[in-house]
Amino acid sequence: MCEDTGGAKRQWRETALKRALEKLGDRSPAAATPSGIPVDFLYDPSDIEGLSYLEELGYPGDYPYTRGVQATMYRSKPWTMRQYAGFGTAEESNARYRYLLAQGQTGLSVAFDLPTQIGYDSDDPLAEGEVGRVGVAIDSIEDMELLFREIPLDRISTSMTINSTAAILIGMYLAVADGRGTGRKLLRGTIQNDILKEYIARGTYIFPPRPSMRIVTDIFSFCGREAPRWNTISVSGYHIREAGATAVQELAFTLADGIAYVEAAVAAGLDVDAFATRVSFFFNAHNALFEEVAKFRAARRMWARIMRERFRAKDPRSLALRFHAQTAGCALTAQQPDNNIVRVTIQALAAVLGGAQSIHTNSRDEALCLPTEESVRIALRTQQIIAEESGVADTADPAGGSYFLEHLTDRLERGAGDYLAKIDAMGGALKAIESGYLQREIHASAYAYQKSVESGGRVIVGLNRHRSDEGDRCPLLRVAPGTEAAQRERLAKLRARRDGRAAARTLAAVETAARGTENLMPPIMEAVKAYATVGEICGRLRAVFGEHRPVSTL
Amino acid sequence: MSRTIRVLIAKPGLDGHDRGAIVVAHALREAGMEVIYTGIRQTPEQIAHAAVQEDVRAVGLSCLSGAHAKLFPKVVALLREKGGDDILIFGGGIIPEEDIPALKKAGIAEIFGPGTRTSAIVEFIQKSVC
Repeated sequence: MCEDTGGAKRQWRETALKRALEKLGDRSPAAATPSGIPVDFLYDPSDIEGLSYLEELGYPGDYPYTRGVQATMYRSKPWTMRQYAGFGTAEESNARYRYLLAQGQTGLSVAFDLPTQIGYDSDDPLAEGEVGRVGVAIDSIEDMELLFREIPLDRISTSMTINSTAAILIGMYLAVADGRGTGRKLLRGTIQNDILKEYIARGTYIFPPRPSMRIVTDIFSFCGREAPRWNTISVSGYHIREAGATAVQELAFTLADGIAYVEAAVAAGLDVDAFATRVSFFFNAHNALFEEVAKFRAARRMWARIMRERFRAKDPRSLALRFHAQTAGCALTAQQPDNNIVRVTIQALAAVLGGAQSIHTNSRDEALCLPTEESVRIALRTQQIIAEESGVADTADPAGGSYFLEHLTDRLERGAGDYLAKIDAMGGALKAIESGYLQREIHASAYAYQKSVESGGRVIVGLNRHRSDEGDRCPLLRVAPGTEAAQRERLAKLRARRDGRAAARTLAAVETAARGTENLMPPIMEAVKAYATVGEICGRLRAVFGEHRPVSTL
Repeated sequence: MSRTIRVLIAKPGLDGHDRGAIVVAHALREAGMEVIYTGIRQTPEQIAHAAVQEDVRAVGLSCLSGAHAKLFPKVVALLREKGGDDILIFGGGIIPEEDIPALKKAGIAEIFGPGTRTSAIVEFIQKSVC
């Protein structure tokens, strides 16, 4: 790709650099990225020797998609600005969504509370204290209708962070659309539906891996037919990174999970190009700008090759890795929270330079509580400023071709490739999870990170350097204290009002389907339409599938 | 004479974020303590039972979901019921400052928020249980 510089860098190192170092010193003699990739004083053509432009980079919209998944990238349409939001009741969350849309947000992203994510109704004893806390409480289709009140489902794309109960919640969404007469084929959005990373890092699993994988592939198959514009999975590295993984580990473990899903779907009899076109990804955007950009580019290049070479996918859409990015929650500090606005700007810039299809920017106050409306607005404005003022969205892959970036992209790819080979040798991601290998690798990185912060080796402004007691406080959002009681009351009324026999009959059908091999989606949709609740449907599935018991990794 | 300090690190509620809990567990272990980690999604009953059963001198509770106000005091009350009144209870997670006085009043000895040095937790336990 580059001219031969004939050892000029070595010469520069021995003369000009050496003299300057003797005089000025080096402030970080062991400079490295957070993944541990050494960082040199300078990169030149000799650092990317052997890199073939056409084979390794190519053009945006073309294999291997290193430079982006569309030819025009943000020139035709900026990324979707999609803030993850939801708290309290469906009404409160609906108000927040409409506020965000009025502020120029272009897509929705639903945060569900933990009982909804783990399949307990709001009146379950295990839900105590958790209702409406980290997201919105959804018990029945009635709540789902309220959540999307006055939001046109055929015009706004919606992402839902839902995994072990994904089949129920997408069932509710489709049923709401059916009820409004909105064609399923018009619906655009994503369900996370990534159970493997729940076992690895996020913790909202219910069932053991095998029935969980069946539910995942049932969703692929049903939605592929019924809602062809819907992304049926978002293979997520985000939470793996939040749990402490490095960028290399995030990349490797996410792709390993992606491979496991494709294998499961193929084993279930699906044609690879029938579902792989709707596979999407979700990555973390952390502070180390260049390493993050390299990670996104390496992810595209690796996935394209995996899909073509390993799975013989032919549809270009199966090869192109599309991803959502969220800025790093774990990089936010509770100290001097306004500093987080600046961190988020750098992280969001990394996602844009990395070619993200949609982005969530965290709010400054999220190390303290759920964000206030004002904080969310600043976070959204951050994206708008990058999109409309900075000029970085005017050309595809604007950082591509940087010697440093191309070198890093290659190093990330090699580091992740080594992990993938190791995971393959173990028998794949599922095996590596069951043995606790992935979890232990992440925990070790998390602890190493913490030690480097405590030793001062890693600087966090406002925490271990440039501390001050000023600016530590900001107004906090409080979930209304009556939320839990109100939600329980609504649920009690629903149970009293609905046709109890229809609910019982459809729930029994869900259980029968679970015991057999038929697709679970149609009976689940019948049950949600009969006002069966998340907890009731999940209870039937629990009775058949049992519950996952995690391996001890400590 | 000092015997090894046994500590239970526990995750009450439905929250699955256990990076902090695991990092603290590693740090306490490195400081010479014996650490038992419950894993995620434990009820207050399970935590109190484990604490008494394992005869620990301290229990560290971690919660990032906002359910701390309900769950932490419940663990304290159950421990008292089961005769574990002398067990030191501390906590951490995403806990707004204005919630801390009520938690302390309920019997949580200390709350360690984001950015806490693990050495501060080690020292706190060593000082408090001796």
